[in-house]
Amino acid sequence: MRMLNRLTISELVTRLASREVSSRAATQACLDQIERLDGRLHAFISLDADHALAQADAADRALALGATHARQPLLGVPIGIKDVIAVKGQPLNCASKILGRYVSPYNATVINKLQAAGAVVFGRLNMDEFAMGSSTENSAFGVTRNPWDLSRIPGGSSGGSGAAVVADECIAALGSDTGGSIRQPAALCGCVGLKPSYGRVSRYGLVAYASSLDQIGCFSKDVRDAAILLEILSGVDPADSTSVPQPVPHYAASLTGDVKGLRLGLAKEYMVGGLDAEIKAAIDAAVAQFEKLGARVTEVSLPHTDYAIATYYIIATAEASANLARFDGIRYGLRVEGADPIELYSKTRGAGFGPEVKRRIILGTYVLSSGYYDAYYLRAQKVRTLIRRDFLKAFEQVDAILTPTTPTAAFKIGEKADDPLQMYLSDIFTISANLAGICGISVPCGFTREPKLPLGLQLLGKPFGEETILRLAHAYEQSTPWHKEKPPLAALAG
Amino acid sequence: MAGVDIDVKYVAHLARLALSPEEEQKIGAQLASVLEYIEKLKEVDVSGVEPTAHAFPLVNVTRPDEVRHGLTNEEALRNAPAQSNGLFLVPKIVE
Repeated sequence: MRMLNRLTISELVTRLASREVSSRAATQACLDQIERLDGRLHAFISLDADHALAQADAADRALALGATHARQPLLGVPIGIKDVIAVKGQPLNCASKILGRYVSPYNATVINKLQAAGAVVFGRLNMDEFAMGSSTENSAFGVTRNPWDLSRIPGGSSGGSGAAVVADECIAALGSDTGGSIRQPAALCGCVGLKPSYGRVSRYGLVAYASSLDQIGCFSKDVRDAAILLEILSGVDPADSTSVPQPVPHYAASLTGDVKGLRLGLAKEYMVGGLDAEIKAAIDAAVAQFEKLGARVTEVSLPHTDYAIATYYIIATAEASANLARFDGIRYGLRVEGADPIELYSKTRGAGFGPEVKRRIILGTYVLSSGYYDAYYLRAQKVRTLIRRDFLKAFEQVDAILTPTTPTAAFKIGEKADDPLQMYLSDIFTISANLAGICGISVPCGFTREPKLPLGLQLLGKPFGEETILRLAHAYEQSTPWHKEKPPLAALAG
Repeated sequence: MAGVDIDVKYVAHLARLALSPEEEQKIGAQLASVLEYIEKLKEVDVSGVEPTAHAFPLVNVTRPDEVRHGLTNEEALRNAPAQSNGLFLVPKIVE
């Protein structure tokens, strides 16, 4: 039998339900893998092994007393958590120094949901500080490395989540996606990453970066697991007034394998110069594969694509500058004393925030400041309307839009660290979905030749159209070999 | 830098963010190129276009006005950098 930590959710659940294996054994297998690899990978900022094993034992006791996966679909399954989601009694740092020795006094709604479903919730997965970044280099706790090549970034901001799932340090993981922070690391590490529609999943207990863009989503080893997780995570929540009261479908039921007649759009503005030749070839092959499966591929136009990054970096930084005002050294986290309150705030924030967070606070404060609001923020909100209209118009013609997830494979650590604009431009294919509020999924679609690095394709769906993109992604995945490939982890251990 | 200039010292004061002179200089230079890039939004004709604040605006989201459990005093103070008598301790504000 394969090592338990390598299983998918559905594979592990089958073995747990038949009592062939215990949750303790599966959880211990994940902890052992972390022990073997994470010194070099650094996907986890911290880990409470006793807490994880206690949950596993509780799941095993529940199973012995007759609990079923029909009622608790994740009973005994270890799920890693990004360090931006509150787990009661566990540290929460957002990969920042400014939270000091913060311990969450309550659970995020998604954590309550995972625990109600029986999951073993564990770990604080590394990320770019406050989810600001595309490489996980902006963590105050050190960079996470790509499991396929330790000299490269895992993507970001949820780089720890992507690396941990691909390295089999957990069965699946939660992340958050504000401009691509789930889909991009999933593509660069080689797993499935799902960003649900805005309002699909409660953000209560997710530390806010840009509130009109943030969504919680998941990393998994296959599309079926993403469907299982989404069903558990979704739903309206009285504690998050932006969660939308839409019924939650049985997402796994949409994985029929049949995509005949579904209409798939290729955005002509996305297949432009600057796209890596190997990615272009992988996408062309994926298009051919979808056609072979019976999907109808047509060209669509998203004319305001070229303005998405500029729009995003105004709206996201403006919202961040307001959201991060709460870190002032008064109620929690780091405090650096000053002669008066203002000096205390300034010194605390100056000492606690890292360079990228400072840059974004300055930019966000600037675009909201007197005399600039109309020129930057208000204009960006209007362009956002046009970007959203582009998608809604395209979705009148097609059921989903196919794009590369990233313009290149994983880049080298340090390569873009000193050039924020180049880093921002690497988000070109993922950022529009957050502005438009639509859903998106990244699935593995091939590898570069030398070095061998994973590539991802993205399927974008209508608002609350997760069933369609899951169905398409699943049919593609099951007809291609890419999701079965594993990084050369043996070389990592030792 | 195409006339895009940002007074980092002033903006940092607005943001209550202490920066070293080196940070001010570096952030200023980096944001100049970001702002120059952002200028491209001026090409877009937005006349008559309504702004979007949220992709799915919901209005008047309320819940029944019922008393619910909140954090206890102890829980709320658990992460406080300084506390006294069950309260957050802050520097003197009024002379």
